[in-house]
Amino acid sequence: MSLLVVQGISKRFGGLLAVDAASLTVPQGAITGLIGPNGAGKTTLFALISGFLEPTAGSVTFDGTDVTREAPHLRARRGIARTFQIVQPFAGLSVRDNIAVGAYLRHSSRVEALARSEAVAREVGLAPMLDGPAAALTVAGRKRLELARALATEPRLLLLDEVLAGLNPSEVRDILPVIRRIRDSGVTILMIEHVMQAVMNLCDQVYVLSQGRMIAEGEPRAVCADPRVIEAYLGHGAAARIQEAHGA
Amino acid sequence: MTVRQIALPVLLVAVLAVLPFFASGTLLNFLVSALIIALGAQGWNLLAGFGGQLSFGHAAFFGTGAYVTAILQIRFGINAWAGMAAGIAIGAAVGWVIGFLSFRARLRGSYFALVTLAFAEVLRILANAAEFTGGAAGLLIRLQPGFGNMQFPDRGVFLWLVLACILLVLLLTAWIERSRFGAHLVAVRENEDAARALGVDVLATKLRAITLSAAITAAAGCLYAQNFLYLDANIAYGTWISVEVLIAAIIGGLGTVLGPVVGALALHGVGEVAKIAGGQITGIDLVIFGAVLILSVAFVPSGLMGLRRLVKGGRP
Repeated sequence: MSLLVVQGISKRFGGLLAVDAASLTVPQGAITGLIGPNGAGKTTLFALISGFLEPTAGSVTFDGTDVTREAPHLRARRGIARTFQIVQPFAGLSVRDNIAVGAYLRHSSRVEALARSEAVAREVGLAPMLDGPAAALTVAGRKRLELARALATEPRLLLLDEVLAGLNPSEVRDILPVIRRIRDSGVTILMIEHVMQAVMNLCDQVYVLSQGRMIAEGEPRAVCADPRVIEAYLGHGAAARIQEAHGA
Repeated sequence: MTVRQIALPVLLVAVLAVLPFFASGTLLNFLVSALIIALGAQGWNLLAGFGGQLSFGHAAFFGTGAYVTAILQIRFGINAWAGMAAGIAIGAAVGWVIGFLSFRARLRGSYFALVTLAFAEVLRILANAAEFTGGAAGLLIRLQPGFGNMQFPDRGVFLWLVLACILLVLLLTAWIERSRFGAHLVAVRENEDAARALGVDVLATKLRAITLSAAITAAAGCLYAQNFLYLDANIAYGTWISVEVLIAAIIGGLGTVLGPVVGALALHGVGEVAKIAGGQITGIDLVIFGAVLILSVAFVPSGLMGLRRLVKGGRP
C-alpha cells in the first residue's frame, strides 16, 4: 500500500519552474530515495510534501487523504515529519528540550515528553549530549538532532533532507544502522541523499529528479546505470562515452 | 510545578508583603509604583521573553485596562473590582485583535515592534480626542475610600493587592515555563519553521501569548488607575509605559520567571536614587534608565537573573 502519493506536482517561482509535474509514490514501510543533481528541485519537492510551500499544480495524498492545501503543523499531526537540509536547531535550548518540542506533539505532560525525548536521544546516539546546549553540537550532532526531533513526533512518514551531507565516512557508517532501525520500527522513509553509498545501501526504490522533472525511477542499481541519469549528472553524451570506455 | 520552582517567587513576595508593617509611606509609594510596572513587565516578558515577539506598544493594553476601570466607575457607577475584571478582559481582547492582525500578516521582529507602537499611538490619539475618555483633561476617579472602590486608607493594603496579582502571575509563568504551551512558545521564539515542522501551530501559540500578555499588562493599568485615581491619554497610552516594562524585563532577565519583578525593583530603585541625587534635573531618572539598559545589554545580556546564574558558576 502506498502511504504517500504525489501526483503531477509543480511549483513555479516567477519565471522559474522549480518542480515540473513530478510524481512519486512511497510504499508503506520502505525506504525510498530521491536523488538528483544540485538545483534539481529536491528540497522544493520536500517543502511541497511537508506543506511549507503551496504547489502551483498537482496534489499530495497522504494515507488516502488529500493534504495538498494543509498547513505544515497539521500534516505533522497526521504523521509527516521532516528534517531540514540546513539544520534548524532551537539554538538557545538544551538538546533535551529541543527533542521535547517534537515529543509534545503526542504527549501533553512534561514528564512524558521529557521521557520520550530521552528515549529518542538514545535511539539516535545523542544521549551523552542531552543536557548540553544545542548550539554546542558538532555538524554530525546537529544532523542527529534534526533526526531526533522529527522522530520524537512519532511520525508515520519521515522526510530526511540530506541528513548525511557534511558527515565524514565514519560518521556516515555510524548513522546508517540508525536509519535502518527507524525503518524497522515501522516508520516509512523518503530521503534526499547525495551520498550514493547510503542510497545503494538503504533504499528499496529510488526516484531521480533533474531540472524539476522526474527522469527515472526504480531499484538503486538499475537507476544508476540508466543513461538518462548519468547524463543528468555528467552532461550530454556522457553515457555514450562511458559505455565506449567500458567497451574498449 | 516543583517546590523548588515556586519557593523563590513565594519568598520574594513574602518579604515584600511584610514591609507595610514597618516601612515608611514614601517607601510604600515607591514599592506600589515599581510593582505596578513589574506586573506590566511580567506581561511583556511572557510575549517577548518567552515568545520572542518584541512589542513596543504594551501601552495599548496598559491604557485599555486603566481607561476601562476608570470609565466604568465614573460613567456607569460600576464597582472597581468588576471594573478591573472588565479592564483585564477588554485589554486581553485588544491584545488578541492586534495579535491577529499582525501575526496573520506574518509580521516579525522590528516590523511587529513598529506595528504595536503604531496601535498604541492610535489609541493614545483617540483617547486624547474623544470626550468619552475625558479628552485631554483626563479622568479623575472620585476619592472615596472603601473596599468596593478598591481604595484603602492604609497604603499597605493596596500594596498587598498588587503583590497578590504579582504572585498569581509568577505562579502562572512558572507553570507555563514547564507546560506544553511554554515549550511551543520558546520553540516559536527560537525558530518558527522548525517549530512548524514539529506540529506547532505558530499562529495559535502567538495569539494565546499576546492575549495572556495583554491581560496581565491591562491588570497593571487597572491598578495604576486605582492607585493614582487620575489618568489621561499620555499617561495611560503613553510610550513611557511601553518602554518601562520592556527595560524592566530586559534588565531582570528575558524569559525568566522572576526577571521582570527583580528588574522593575532594581530599575526603579536606581531611578529614585538618581532623582534624590540629581535634585532639580527633571527626567534624570529616564537618563539613568537608558544608561542602565545599555550597560545591561552590553555586559549582562541575560539580565540580573542571568547574573545570579553566572555567580553560581553556571552558564549565563
